[in-house]
Amino acid sequence: MTDNNVHADAAILEAAGEELPAKPTRPMLLVIGRVLRDPVGLLGVLIVTVMVLAAIFAPWIGWQNPYDLSQLDFMDGRLAPGSQSMSGVTYWLGTDDQGRDLFSAILYGLRTSLMVGVLSAAIALVIGTAAGLTAAYAGGRVDTLIMRVVDIQLSFPPILIALILLAVLGQGVDKIIVALVVTQWAYYARTIRGSALVERRRAYVDAARCLALPPRKVVFSHILPNCLPPLIVVATMRVAYAISLEATLSFLGIGLPVTKPSLGLLIANGFNYMMSGDYWISLFPGLALLLLIVGINLVGDTLRDVLNPRMQR
Amino acid sequence: MSAALITAEGISRRFAKHPDLAARIANKLGAHHASRVVHAVDDVSLSVNEGEVVGLVGESGCGKSTIGRIIAGIDSPSDGRILYRGEDMAKAEGARARHIALKIQMIFQDPLDSLNPRYRMGEIVREAPRYHRVAPARELEAHVDSVLERVGLDPRTKDRFPHQFSGGQRQRIGIARALAVNPELIVCDESVASLDVSIQAQIINLFMRLRRELGLSYIFISHDIGVVRHISDRVVVMYLGRVVEEAPVEELFAHANHPYTQALLREVPRLDNRHISFTPLSGEIASPLAPPPGCHFHPRCPFAMDVCKRVRPALLEIAPGHKSACHLNTEPAAAAAEA
Repeated sequence: MTDNNVHADAAILEAAGEELPAKPTRPMLLVIGRVLRDPVGLLGVLIVTVMVLAAIFAPWIGWQNPYDLSQLDFMDGRLAPGSQSMSGVTYWLGTDDQGRDLFSAILYGLRTSLMVGVLSAAIALVIGTAAGLTAAYAGGRVDTLIMRVVDIQLSFPPILIALILLAVLGQGVDKIIVALVVTQWAYYARTIRGSALVERRRAYVDAARCLALPPRKVVFSHILPNCLPPLIVVATMRVAYAISLEATLSFLGIGLPVTKPSLGLLIANGFNYMMSGDYWISLFPGLALLLLIVGINLVGDTLRDVLNPRMQR
Repeated sequence: MSAALITAEGISRRFAKHPDLAARIANKLGAHHASRVVHAVDDVSLSVNEGEVVGLVGESGCGKSTIGRIIAGIDSPSDGRILYRGEDMAKAEGARARHIALKIQMIFQDPLDSLNPRYRMGEIVREAPRYHRVAPARELEAHVDSVLERVGLDPRTKDRFPHQFSGGQRQRIGIARALAVNPELIVCDESVASLDVSIQAQIINLFMRLRRELGLSYIFISHDIGVVRHISDRVVVMYLGRVVEEAPVEELFAHANHPYTQALLREVPRLDNRHISFTPLSGEIASPLAPPPGCHFHPRCPFAMDVCKRVRPALLEIAPGHKSACHLNTEPAAAAAEA
């Protein structure tokens, strides 16, 4: 296989003659390009981009701040989609029991859900990566200790750990991020340890050590960047998982406070009225959540295919 | 004879498989999982003089790569010490230790595997000299370019990634990376084994040119006797972690003393012996986990005597600069009787 590559490369160089190709692009840019060329990947990226932009610009897109009680009119409570308010505004997605415009509430809910999901995934990523790299590079007892903690952690259902933690810590955005980080870091640690163990044995790591580069440089400049592809895939999927876990916790009423509705809390609010025929209060936030998670998973799936070493080059 | 640049004294390297927790519990309950120890390298001494090329040959699994990695500082010996110009490398500290470490560099077998796929070629060569301040910051780029030109790479290709080079070019990048820190000894671990024959010749010629231009010494580890004969001044033959014979290259090829060396040399394909039927060495190379007692080679040796099964033969000088570890040299009477 290596031989074929060698000949292919030589042929390319000969075809190009003495002409030097333009500055080669970074592999990461090539990956992004390949994701965008894949129809499924493009769809995922579009969905995620639209939802992230909607979340970021929520105060400008939504005409009502659902957290500001002075803007809410109790008289507008539980209006069906498309109905008009007392002040003549059309609620395209209806309103909830507090008289919140559901469209605005979904935008703000997306904001909370995305922030919680991305932030907890990012913190878990850093902690998990540090733990996994340490385990792989140090080996021996340190490795055993860290990985047994990971095993124990992963043997509990994440929802159970989160429930216990939130019962102890109480409600709040910061608390739920802590709970999500605690339930998620182990996945990152296990993923990165696996790939770091492989990379550590490769000759370029030996070469770096032979060049008397310090361990910190060997780990962070050589091993870590080469472990990133599987980590990126896991991180993408885990963001989606964190968002749905947060929604679950909020739905159960132990996640975020009622004054800061995330998507999960909006669904929970509407759940009480499902039986009375007011389907829209739960349905639309639910669809938004579904769309977001499907979008992230589509991106993750495509990334996994693109980054698969067996499909590269 | 010039002074020894590197001396390895009584180097051993054992790889132990320690019983894990499950095995320890099983042992407590009466199972017998012994911890298994491999003597990859067993009390090996060798030295490299300034400007000398030492060939290290032997079958796969004989510990030649482990020796190379220990001398290059990638692995550390279980016993024994490595002296750089008489100074114990393990005792050096801080800046001095780094200085000595840089004097010994290694070229690897698989050129693509030895290059970080996420570094551009220039960065691969530049990284170590920049970190160790081999050249002043202003002259760093000029230093890198001069090294690249010395190994026959176009400095204009510095922006490319390793996978965009051919196999021979990749090996040149590995050589440039080593040369960029001004080494004195280069350990070549099967450095040409994965290349086409024509490319092999180019790389070997490059090694020899660098030796002339920079006064480099080499430890050339290979299973290819022909290549080793071509470039070495002195050859060390290893079998199952031990040195069995050591001699200047012409002496070794003319008067191989150890039965293993004789068998090894018989198998070298040559134009003038194409009609000779090969008599392959009988038996398999023994498992390093359970090496035979006495002389490791005795189960395959056509001249094996009783003493070979019990006593490890010492590496004795049988001619000036020619050492061999064989009981036949010390007990000629017994050998004659056996023969």
